[in-house]
Amino acid sequence: MVTIDIETDDGQREILRRMMLIRAFDNEAGDRFADGEIPGFVHLYIGEEAVGVGACSALEPDDYITSTHRGHGHCIAKGLETDKMMAELYGKREGYCNGKGGSMHIADVDAGMLGANGIVGAGPPLATGAALSAAQKGEDRVALAFFGDGAVAQGQVHEAINLASTWGLPAIFLVENNKFGEGTPVEKQHNLENLSETAEAYDIPGFTVNGMDVTAVYEAVEAARERAVNGDGPTFIEADTYRYRGHFEGDHQPYRDDDDIEAWQRRCPIDAFANRLVDAGVLTEDEVDELRAAAEAEIEDAAAFAENATDPDPSEAYEDMYDVSVPELSTYAGGSLRADGGSTTDQ
Amino acid sequence: MSTDTSTSNVSGTESMTVREAIREAMREELARDEDVFLMGEDVGLFGGVFDVSDGLLADFSEDRIRDTPISEAGFLGAGVGAAATGSRPIVEIMFSDFLGVSMEQTMNQMAKMRYMFGGKTEMPITIRTTEGGGMGAASQHSGTVHTWFAHFPGLIAVAPGTPAAAKGLLKSAIRSNDPVFFFENKMIYEQTGEVPTDPDFTLPIGEASVERTGEDVTVIATQRLVGESLDAAEELSDQVSVEVIDLRSLYPLDTETIVASLEKTGRVVVADESPLSYGVHAEVVTRLVENGFYSLDAPPERVGVPDTHIPFSPSLEQEVLPDAADVTAAIERLA
Ligand SMILES: Cc1ncc(C[n+]2csc(CCOP(=O)(O)OP(=O)(O)O)c2C)c(N)n1
Ligand SMILES: [Mg+2]
Repeated sequence: MVTIDIETDDGQREILRRMMLIRAFDNEAGDRFADGEIPGFVHLYIGEEAVGVGACSALEPDDYITSTHRGHGHCIAKGLETDKMMAELYGKREGYCNGKGGSMHIADVDAGMLGANGIVGAGPPLATGAALSAAQKGEDRVALAFFGDGAVAQGQVHEAINLASTWGLPAIFLVENNKFGEGTPVEKQHNLENLSETAEAYDIPGFTVNGMDVTAVYEAVEAARERAVNGDGPTFIEADTYRYRGHFEGDHQPYRDDDDIEAWQRRCPIDAFANRLVDAGVLTEDEVDELRAAAEAEIEDAAAFAENATDPDPSEAYEDMYDVSVPELSTYAGGSLRADGGSTTDQ
Repeated sequence: MSTDTSTSNVSGTESMTVREAIREAMREELARDEDVFLMGEDVGLFGGVFDVSDGLLADFSEDRIRDTPISEAGFLGAGVGAAATGSRPIVEIMFSDFLGVSMEQTMNQMAKMRYMFGGKTEMPITIRTTEGGGMGAASQHSGTVHTWFAHFPGLIAVAPGTPAAAKGLLKSAIRSNDPVFFFENKMIYEQTGEVPTDPDFTLPIGEASVERTGEDVTVIATQRLVGESLDAAEELSDQVSVEVIDLRSLYPLDTETIVASLEKTGRVVVADESPLSYGVHAEVVTRLVENGFYSLDAPPERVGVPDTHIPFSPSLEQEVLPDAADVTAAIERLA
């Protein structure tokens, strides 16, 4: 069973709700970052919601995904809880990684979410590995890697796709072509019209779909999943999309014009889908507004949860390094930087 | 060591930040030698994620301030190939954590080519990269990995702690015919200091610098911890006289300067942001033990990251990052 059935009215409402939740989450994260409440960097997914939600809804709940530095949307689409996510962004103990990871490393392995990732292009090999373990264990699970147009230039992405193709693994490689890798436009990174053309080199199907249309993404991933579980190997999907915010919050964006952003904002994936549901009589305009208000309220609660959550105790810095107990770390945790724990220098 | 550089007679100095010092070093060397070029992710139009190369694209061509795709193995490797064939590339790896992606070209090509080919190739490449925690950037953007490169035969590794060292060493690195890794700590880009204005000012690779003289304890520091150690020394100046050395060059390492200081003070703290085990500290202490064992009045103290990765949460990050307080505590244990 797919995670969310787009054929049903309930499914469509849920898909819309999840996109709204992502939008609200990232708006809030951007604001809270600007206020100095969230440390580090945040990379927002605003504008790209249809890709994550379309893809994860068409997967089954047990399937795996790997994510990127721009991972909040993938997490919410995969069903992660927004309060624990926000707490992680705040570096709190109640967060998904107990505060150790932050925005760029949110993970929930039990939910099949194998981590946001700070290393561009590092997700696809992990997805190939998850697909390999599923195949070896005879499980009906697939692994989907989200990665950016910039990541397509990484050697390890090529190696991962080649392995998955050669071994016929149940993997899906989904490129989010949002037109930039940081400040560098896609034309300066690749000499290809469509990034999905790379699929030819691996002899796997490759498609470019409208990434502002959640249905288009959903259908492409549903078909790719079908191939994967039938033993027909991986599929390469390029979602044509756009990021509305800077690469990271605080990016002064010397590389593009407001006009370009506005043109893509007119294609907002959330508005487009909401309008379609209204036209089809699935929702009234008021119900759309209610759904949005409820999503925003959930995120306000998540932010309040994060604000009131607890800072990790400094001693937790020494935890989670190894399964075994390492004497060096116990010493350091005890407050000495001397491996022998020595505090006296009297000879 | 044999670089074609030496400290020049300096007419005057100017106050600048570490960021400006690095940018000016590149600007001067790009102007001085057409074979020099800079490449890396977002170094041109964007000006570098830490604004270090901001403005260089306007002064030089896109050919020489070259934005690359996100392909560290490819473009660092291309730098190796270009260096072997007569160019002098400066390759920027945005965060040192990404050096893992390009490790093969570093270990097996860049570091070994001259030796394997019987000395028939030069390798005039400079790799600039950013290290260090302190900005909540979490484990994959905060590492201090210079030990690996100082350890690996065939590579030179420098890690300046002041604007003057940054400028002088980077210019020497670019002029050097050997592969030089230039490690910038991202927390000290805004740190200011006096820098010689002479466009031929360079500093020899392989020399440490005594930044403050003292009699009782020597602190041998690198990068951000040079400034933190100077602060600690100042703070303690009523009770103890502390000498602070900026190691500057990790390999080759200036054994002479550090041993001379040990012979004077008899007590040493080594402060470097790499993880403690098998870090720069270990090599420095070994050199001191080998060359100055009988001058040691107390076991050396190490200040570094306690063998963890850099965690995200500020309360955890602060716990593991060494700072002036850790240096102070180490000095107090010795004094
Ligand atoms: C190996 C590596 N190189 C460089 C970076 C710095 N960096 C972070 S995101 C990014 C751009 C990524 O572009 P893309 O893959 O298109 O993803 P997008 O940000 O557009 O979602 C870069 C260069 C990194 N994190 N990892
Ligand atoms: Mg992109």
